[in-house]
Amino acid sequence: MKTNRWTDCGNWVLDRFPLTKFWNEHMAHYYAPKNFNFWYFFGSLALLVLVNQFVTGILLTMNYKPDAKLAFDSVEYIMREVNWGWLIRYMHSTGASAFFIVIYLHMFRGLLYGSFKQPRELIWIFGMLLFVALMAEAFMGYLLPWGQMSYWGAQVIISLFSAIPVVGEELSLWIRGDYVVSDATLNRFFAFHVIAVPLVLVLLVLLHIIALHEVGSNNPDGIDIKKNKDANGIPLDGIPFHPYYTVKDLVGFAVFMFFFAVVIFYMPEMGGFFLEHANFIPADPLKTPEHIAPVWYFTPFYAILRAVPDKFAGVIAMGGSIVVLFLLPWLDRSKVRSIRYRGGIYKKALVLFVISFIGLGYLGTQPATPGATAVARVLTAVYFGFFLLMPIYTRWEKTKPVPDRLTEQPSLEDRIPDFIETFNEVTVKTEGKSGFFRRKLNYQGLSAVSIRFLKKIKGSLD
Amino acid sequence: MNIEGVDKSKRQFLTSALTVVGAVGTGYLAVPFLAQMQPSTKAMAAGAPVTVDISKMEPGQLIRVAWRGKPVWLLNRTQEVLETLRTLDDQLRDPQSSESIQPVYTKNPTRALKQEIFVAVGLCTHLGCSPTFRPEIGPADLGPDWKGGFFCPCHGSWFDLAGRVYRGVPAPTNLEIPPYRYITDTQIIIGEDTVETNV
Repeated sequence: MKTNRWTDCGNWVLDRFPLTKFWNEHMAHYYAPKNFNFWYFFGSLALLVLVNQFVTGILLTMNYKPDAKLAFDSVEYIMREVNWGWLIRYMHSTGASAFFIVIYLHMFRGLLYGSFKQPRELIWIFGMLLFVALMAEAFMGYLLPWGQMSYWGAQVIISLFSAIPVVGEELSLWIRGDYVVSDATLNRFFAFHVIAVPLVLVLLVLLHIIALHEVGSNNPDGIDIKKNKDANGIPLDGIPFHPYYTVKDLVGFAVFMFFFAVVIFYMPEMGGFFLEHANFIPADPLKTPEHIAPVWYFTPFYAILRAVPDKFAGVIAMGGSIVVLFLLPWLDRSKVRSIRYRGGIYKKALVLFVISFIGLGYLGTQPATPGATAVARVLTAVYFGFFLLMPIYTRWEKTKPVPDRLTEQPSLEDRIPDFIETFNEVTVKTEGKSGFFRRKLNYQGLSAVSIRFLKKIKGSLD
Repeated sequence: MNIEGVDKSKRQFLTSALTVVGAVGTGYLAVPFLAQMQPSTKAMAAGAPVTVDISKMEPGQLIRVAWRGKPVWLLNRTQEVLETLRTLDDQLRDPQSSESIQPVYTKNPTRALKQEIFVAVGLCTHLGCSPTFRPEIGPADLGPDWKGGFFCPCHGSWFDLAGRVYRGVPAPTNLEIPPYRYITDTQIIIGEDTVETNV
């Protein structure tokens, strides 16, 4: 018999390293619920963005100089003179914003389907620690270009620590390593951004996934699929992660990368949201820009800080808005996980929460006029109300009966006849032109469809 | 050959002793590791005083100089400004500057050695942004209540032209005033007191 050298080599490794065991445990024999929908792409997308940040970040360090005198120019050097430097930098800066988009949607999925609830509390805690580490990573990375917004943003955030009684001033001095944000601050933020925090992120990602694979994934129905197993002990509603979800996630990757590329090539600054205009001016310690705002992903928390007219209380409110997220698994007293079987009160509360989060995010980008501050105060109350009143309203809510097995949802294909019918209802045929353009809007049909749609939305909130 | 079995209490003692020694060692090592992030001796030495010539300052003019890396403002206040300052006390959080940081010789209503020339560290006492100089009265964006002062664009704190903070804004105290003295009538040194007050 011919021996295959490659197989021999492979076996040599497998005899000495538990690769097969690892692969089976986390991929080939990890059974995930078969009904993952759109919202379940964002976990793997976060991993993709993390890899993007690592690769582009390492390439950027090859030309970046963490020195207050050289930093700004070295970024411009990367943009103008390093081969493909602009692409690598835009991939990194856009990746930072993409990371937060993906993570916010990933967290929202948890709110929709109760993924934080028993027995997945620890997954949620690890996830929240990841979120905090990611915010630290993004904040310290933002100082590195040493532009005006980098400088004054860091000045404000580090000053937050000085609001802590007794030790505050000493603590912020220790973080800065100088009496003002300076070369010492830049150099240490570089070290944290490039080495320390990325290591923490990788460790937390591992913990997050190990904890997930121990208890198993949640699903849009919020049902425990391990309750119904076949003769071999495999969940009846489960499918192996590989190849089913690895392949599905590849589709998600492709769609994501399409949008990612559009931003990188056509709108890398995103109108000042991803890269702020004031950051194209070198840091000037003597002059704060007329209007300073953090990057968009911090603005909801920043708006909460500004809404409170007291230094210490403002910092407490901002910290509290993050801490309260950690407590979510214990604040929610509902018996069911998924929003599909929850009562109307949680759905309405969630809608209000989303409005307050987006509203605060918008106000955080705007100047602090008295009117805007008043609105921000109302939205801050709604934000905290969603969490702090949760033990009360989730106990009251009337839940719907939860099925035993995963439910069938109509696929996109199944909905095509409906779409065609709706299209026919809102349009009328006219003579003359051909095909699609022969149709024009039928206002009666349009209003009928809109009313039905609004009624359906209202109904789905009960 | 051990025939008496394991003496658990000895093991317990050794484990505890080793834990304590290890913890003390870790504590000692933590001191240099954490202390190296404190400002270096070079950073601490960089606070040399700055001399500013004010002979060319117009009435109403503000100039900025850097002292210890921070912006320091020198403002030449007009008589109208000084009169307005007297009328603001009931709108201010700390009109007498009793909770604010300043040398004793500037703890007076105009917060200055000579009331025309106002010297202050140009960093908001809230979160350290540098407020903008807005001497005009009642501009469109700040409303008719604005009597001229410093407005912090970051979080909307209001200060009057003596650096005193208004009520109902996030900043807790008045703007900090650095130690300074007049060398001559037209020269101010920032970061250094007169010899008498220094002792």
